[in-house]
Amino acid sequence: MSNFKHSVSLIAEKCKGCTNCLKRCPTEAIRIRDGHSVIDEDRCIDCGQCIRVCPYQAKRASSDRFEKFADYKYKIALPAPALYGQFERLEDIDYIISGLYECGFDEVVEVARAAELVSDYTRKYLLREGIKKPVISSACPVVTRLISMRFPFLSDHLLPILPPIELAAKLAREEALALHPELSDQDICVLFISPCPAKVSYVRNPIGVERSAVDGVLSISDVYFKLVSVMNHLDRLDHYAKTGIIGISWAGSGGEASALLNDKYLAADGIDDVIKVLEEIENENLSDLAFVELNACHGGCVGGTLNIENPFIAKARLTNLRRYLPVSMNTSPRESGTFIPEEYFWNKPIDYTPVARLSEDRGKAMEIMARIQQVNDEFPQIDCGACGSPTCRALAEDIVLGNSTDSQCIFILKEKYKELKKETEGVHDGSTTEDQAGS
Amino acid sequence: MAEAVRFHFDVDGDNFASAGEASVQVKKLLRQLALSPEVIRKVSIAMYEGEINMVIHANGGTADVTVEEDRITIVLSDSGPGIADIDQAMQAGYSTAPENVRSLGFGAGMGLPNMKRNTDQMQIESTVGVGTTVTMVVLI
Repeated sequence: MSNFKHSVSLIAEKCKGCTNCLKRCPTEAIRIRDGHSVIDEDRCIDCGQCIRVCPYQAKRASSDRFEKFADYKYKIALPAPALYGQFERLEDIDYIISGLYECGFDEVVEVARAAELVSDYTRKYLLREGIKKPVISSACPVVTRLISMRFPFLSDHLLPILPPIELAAKLAREEALALHPELSDQDICVLFISPCPAKVSYVRNPIGVERSAVDGVLSISDVYFKLVSVMNHLDRLDHYAKTGIIGISWAGSGGEASALLNDKYLAADGIDDVIKVLEEIENENLSDLAFVELNACHGGCVGGTLNIENPFIAKARLTNLRRYLPVSMNTSPRESGTFIPEEYFWNKPIDYTPVARLSEDRGKAMEIMARIQQVNDEFPQIDCGACGSPTCRALAEDIVLGNSTDSQCIFILKEKYKELKKETEGVHDGSTTEDQAGS
Repeated sequence: MAEAVRFHFDVDGDNFASAGEASVQVKKLLRQLALSPEVIRKVSIAMYEGEINMVIHANGGTADVTVEEDRITIVLSDSGPGIADIDQAMQAGYSTAPENVRSLGFGAGMGLPNMKRNTDQMQIESTVGVGTTVTMVVLI
């Protein structure tokens, strides 16, 4: 059993046991058992695809409730840039930030600010000699987890700089302590306002650092309704926003990459295409690129399942919102040249945690594989999912590993039924003749 | 000793967009066998290059991968035009790929050298007008 704390879970009573999530899970982590879906925690990457495709809203992402943090003396909100795209006819980000203060936060630190710093430091990082290229963005936690599970060679391609969420939390804490010397670290809670379940999981299982500086994660959809009601009744609007075009653009696919002012980049979004790009990088086919931005959600973070608004609409709103802003409002000190402070780097290596192995012993794994091949040959290869496994091959694996039986295959059942029917009809015919003879 | 495990793939020559699929499949299967990441990557790259070659030059073919105790053997077989001068074909940068393929970024003449670089043994048998069989071994 894994120690990974997930955020995506099932509401069993809503689940009908249909095959929508089963068929769309990119890591084959779902099975249908006893009429409802079951998630394999070792394989789940919290991408939220099952939440997106479930017609019965039976999948949910467990984020934190604001009330849980009531006892902290000083509460800091870290709004993700995707939040800015959720509001209709919003002219100014200051309404959102003012609204967050109104909701009970003592401080608001825009993650977009940290994102602009990450962009600046990434530009410097790309100038370094001897780094593995293409450098892969480490901002999407689904991508970093996928790499740690499946692409061991790509972990040293990952950008080893703290992702915006982590850098924002670190800066927020430091600024709060500097501004309020009476506070101690335990008085402060930093709450990220998230567009996706993967960020909820990230905070519980951080990558690159021992412990995340974020204390809790609220969903954009929860915060949205509180915000809309207070935003309509703001009595004053201060000038709070400290983000330029670059920071806001991080909310959409291509934002992070285009901020590098370097043409040799690729930006892919949507988990299936992300996996294809990772395969290509591993095969050394994209070595001429400097940077690869990958977002598990279509459209980037605005496509996350904890948002309110359709990703395309959100993106259009962001384009409108950033129109008269400067390119960037957060940069490293000019005199620092290409220097990147050590504290901005990851301080913990990424462990390779393969999940696909049939056995840790290769000989045994080969025996199991041979049996799987045999069992799989019996199946029709139509991958219908009616058995509760996503593909015929997966069913073969489940059977050999003792997690299913071949009687789950309705095609095999149909064949058996036909045979049985033929036999009983034969018997029935025989008995009719005897009956007639006897009468 | 465990019995050898075999995988067979048909490489479709008509569909350039799906070229490389078999190597992705193989990678997925090898991951299940608890092989070292290094071995998996070598097999995947060598097979990918070979697969692309079959699609570009030979209208597809077959790929057979056998995993044994100490080695992985990849046999790529096609009924394409064959290679007239194998030594020349092995030179880095030598290519007979048509222009439309080069415009897609393939045909840089690095396929066969890359296959050799990533495998422990490589053998090419080819008859002009009949076809080519490439046998590669990656030791575990």
